[in-house]
Parts: sequence; C-alpha cells; structure tokens
Amino acid sequence: MKAWERVQLARAKGRPTARAYIDSLIDGFLELHGDRRFADDKAVIGGIGRFSGMPVTVIALEKGTDTKDKVMRNFGSAHPEGYRKALRLMKQAEKFGRPVICLVDTSGAYCGIGAEERGQGQAIAQNLMEMMGLKTPIISVIIGEGGSGGALALAVADEVWMLENAIYSVISPEGCASILWKDASKNEEAAEKLKLTAQDLLQLEVIEKIIKEHADFRDTLAELKGELIKTIHRLKSINPEELPELRYKRFRKYGAGLGGM
Amino acid sequence: MFRHDSFKHKKLEPEQARVKRNVPTVPEKLYTKCDGCRKMILNSDLKGNLSVCPVCGKHFRISARDRIALVADRGSFTEWDAELTTIDVLEFPGYKEKLESSQLNSGEKEAAITGQARIYSMPCAICAMEPSFMMGSMGAVVGEKVSRLFERATEARLPVVIFTVSGGARMHEGIISLMQMAKTSGAVKRHSDAGLLYIAVLTDPTTGGVTASFAMEADIILAEPDALIGFAGPRVIEQTIRQKLSPGFQHAEFLLEKGFIDMIVPRGELKKTIGQILALHGGSV
Repeated sequence: MKAWERVQLARAKGRPTARAYIDSLIDGFLELHGDRRFADDKAVIGGIGRFSGMPVTVIALEKGTDTKDKVMRNFGSAHPEGYRKALRLMKQAEKFGRPVICLVDTSGAYCGIGAEERGQGQAIAQNLMEMMGLKTPIISVIIGEGGSGGALALAVADEVWMLENAIYSVISPEGCASILWKDASKNEEAAEKLKLTAQDLLQLEVIEKIIKEHADFRDTLAELKGELIKTIHRLKSINPEELPELRYKRFRKYGAGLGGM
Repeated sequence: MFRHDSFKHKKLEPEQARVKRNVPTVPEKLYTKCDGCRKMILNSDLKGNLSVCPVCGKHFRISARDRIALVADRGSFTEWDAELTTIDVLEFPGYKEKLESSQLNSGEKEAAITGQARIYSMPCAICAMEPSFMMGSMGAVVGEKVSRLFERATEARLPVVIFTVSGGARMHEGIISLMQMAKTSGAVKRHSDAGLLYIAVLTDPTTGGVTASFAMEADIILAEPDALIGFAGPRVIEQTIRQKLSPGFQHAEFLLEKGFIDMIVPRGELKKTIGQILALHGGSV
C-alpha cells in the first residue's frame, strides 16, 4: 500500500479514536482533569483505572467523534495545558508506581496565539525532558496520526508502537510539500519520502511493534491488549531506577551513525 | 570579504527586493540595509558594532564562529566533533545538493559548532548554531553534537552555554530529526540531574523543534533583543487562525512578559552577563 493511502486511512472519518480504546481496555476508568496551572485541555484525556487487573495511568490525545465532540477536543490538537496535564499525571503515576499507557492521535500541537502565549514549546520540551527521567514504565501507542512534536510529547517511552495504518512524522506531507517544493500537489511524493508509515518506521527502528488492524475492531483491541500485558509485565520486572537509562539508550541511538566518525 | 552582507543569506522580501532595485548606485558589498530602520549602514560600522545597527539597535544574525568569538576568551576555544557530517538516510530528494550548497555558503560542515572554551577564564562547554546552514535546522548531526556536548560536560562537570538559532527540525531527515528532540532532551536531563548549570541564549530566530527541546530546557534562558522565539512560525499561525498577528508577538520582549525567558541581554553585554552567571555558580577561575 502506498504511504499516501496510509495517510488517508490514519485520518479516515470513523476511525476509532482514543476514547474507544480506553472504554474497552480500561476497567473503571476515572478521568482526572486539569494541569493545576491554567485549564483543562480537552484534547488530552487523562486518568486512572485498571488494565488487566493492574492500576495504570492512561494519557491520550483525543480527536473527538462527532462534530460537537471534535470542536470540544480541538480536533486532537493540544495546547500547553494539555501537555502539562499529561506531565502532572505521569509524575503522579511515578509516585504511585503505576505504568503509563499513552495513546497518540494528533495532527500536531495546536498553532495559535494562546498556545504560544502559554509556551507551547516550553511545555513540549518539559515533557521530553521529564519523560526521559520518569521512573515508571511508559508505553506509547500511535493509533492514528503522530504529528511531530505534539505527538513526541507523549511518546518518549520505553516502547513505541503503531497501529498498522497509523502514521508518525516530523511534518505532515502537505506541510512538507508546500514548504520544500512550494507545491501542494506533491503530497503523495512527500508522504512516500518522509517514511512515515508503521512499516517504514519499524525498519528504521523508531518503533518496536506494529499492531495489526483487523476487520473487526474488537480483534485489533484484543491483539493490542495481549501485547500490552506482555510488555507491561516485562517492564515492571525492571528496577524502576534503571528505566531512565534504558529509555535514554533507546533514543540515543538515532542518528548516532554519521559520516566523519 | 565582509561577513555582514547578510542580505545574501536571506530570501529577499518583495519590499526589500524593490528597494534594492531602486538603489543600484550603492555598492552592495559596502553597505547593508538595516531591516529595523531601513537605513543603509556601512558594513565596517556594523562589524565594529558587533553587527548591531548603530542607528536603531537591530541585532543582525551572525555566524556561529562570530558568536563564539564574541564570548570566549581569545584563543580558548577547542572544537569538538568538527568532522561529523550527515548521512542522507532517507535519500530525500534534493537534500544532498542542499547540504553541499549550505556547506559552501556557510563554510561549515553542519548547522552547529560545539566545543570547549573559557569565558573570563571560567571553563565551559559551548555550542553555537549557524544561521546560514539551512537556518540552523536540527538533523542528526546537530542532535548528535548537542547530545555529545552535554554528555562530555556531564563527565567533565562543566557548565553548558548554547546560542540557539534555528528554524526547527530538519524535515529532510524525517522522523530521525524528530527523534533528536528526545535525544537532546535526555542529554540535558542527565547534565541537569548531575547538578550542573546550563545557560541558553536564544537568538533570532529560535523556533520549532529546537524551541520545543533543548532551547527551553535551560536553567537560565537569555535572549537577544527582538529575537523571534516560538514553537510555530508566525506564518503557520496566521494560516491556522486566519488573522494577522500583532507586531511584537513571539518576540523576546513578549516572551519575557509572558514569563518564558529570564532576561533580555543586548549583544554587547552578553559576555559580561554570562560571566556573572558562571561565577555565581562556582565557575572556577
């Protein structure tokens, strides 16, 4: 399948959003609100519940389902307060020894006046830095779109997975085509060249696993659940003090093989 | 060669192009037109004033080497990892040519220079980004050099001083450029956890993936006057919200007011200010 077709699938209307995963995977989910600094960003759903009997923290970028919900969720584009809420809940998870499951689905962090005024760059930077030091397991699953820094701010994890038709990229194909080639019609080529599909990213060792998308969404969920159980158990067997070192090594390798070395 | 014919490194705006056409009698290598006050400034005057317009105080972009020379004690700079070059992993169309022209244009191998220096005899690890190399964009080499800088500084227990100038992540390297944000943040974190000082000086422009990673992670963040600092570029925001932005939006003074930088320091006072901060953190002379 062409990369551009994957882009369409990742963004497709009716594709399950984060809420559908939470409802099915987490028992007794309690949503926790607010960043304790400014507001509650509805593009980010955060909370606690039981996964396979074990208390976990879940943080998800939610695009919304119907029009009203999409508007309320700002189409899954978070403001700084969304990233700060996420960090607050991750620190809380660390305190209580809960694993963190992040579900990523966003075209990117929001670009607007309020977002800049409240430090979008600083909020993302803070998440990257703090997640690197978090002493509890983190698994991030890109379920739809993984749009640049706004996705990475929930994906500095011990393992990063993607759904079969999800995408993950530094820039949208449209943005790339219009900035580099001043030609918005080159979207398909940009999608190809950016290597943003799950299959490309597995090869580039940017992700550990691809979750197959079955015709029946319940089968996809079952596969995801099975993989999560295995991996969380594995990560929980590691001394939490050692997790930041392993996580740093995971990310340290990108671009370490350069010319002139 | 004059180093401050900064016109050459920038895309001409229609207005500038028009004005430039209308003044064919002025030898362009002798003068530079100031973006701030639109006056023609003699290049020698500009250079003698640290590339700050003597009329309006506009801070011109300067090269990474000039940056380091501005603050490091004379002859104290030793460069690290100077040989690192990019491997075009994605074989991105036009990238090889772009790298070659940037190398030719800037005289540098990549968009960041790192090493060790002394500032008023106090040792530090130092990095300056290069605006004429793909506008300081961060790909694998920039990420690697910055990460190694922090790692070596952690080992040698040195403070880090970084001058940022960047359009953000280098999209020609796709996801690998995005991963540099996480990688550099991890290196900053370890340096910070070791109780060591990191000073960032944000210069015009500092945006995108560099703002959203190591630029905003410093203990003390300084900025040059009027520098554009943000996550999204102003054009992207205008397209998103479909309205014009107010003139000072995302400039250093705006960030100071909103609480995202510690102070604005004019170029002429940078060395003194950085020296004061280093000394307050036990910089050994």
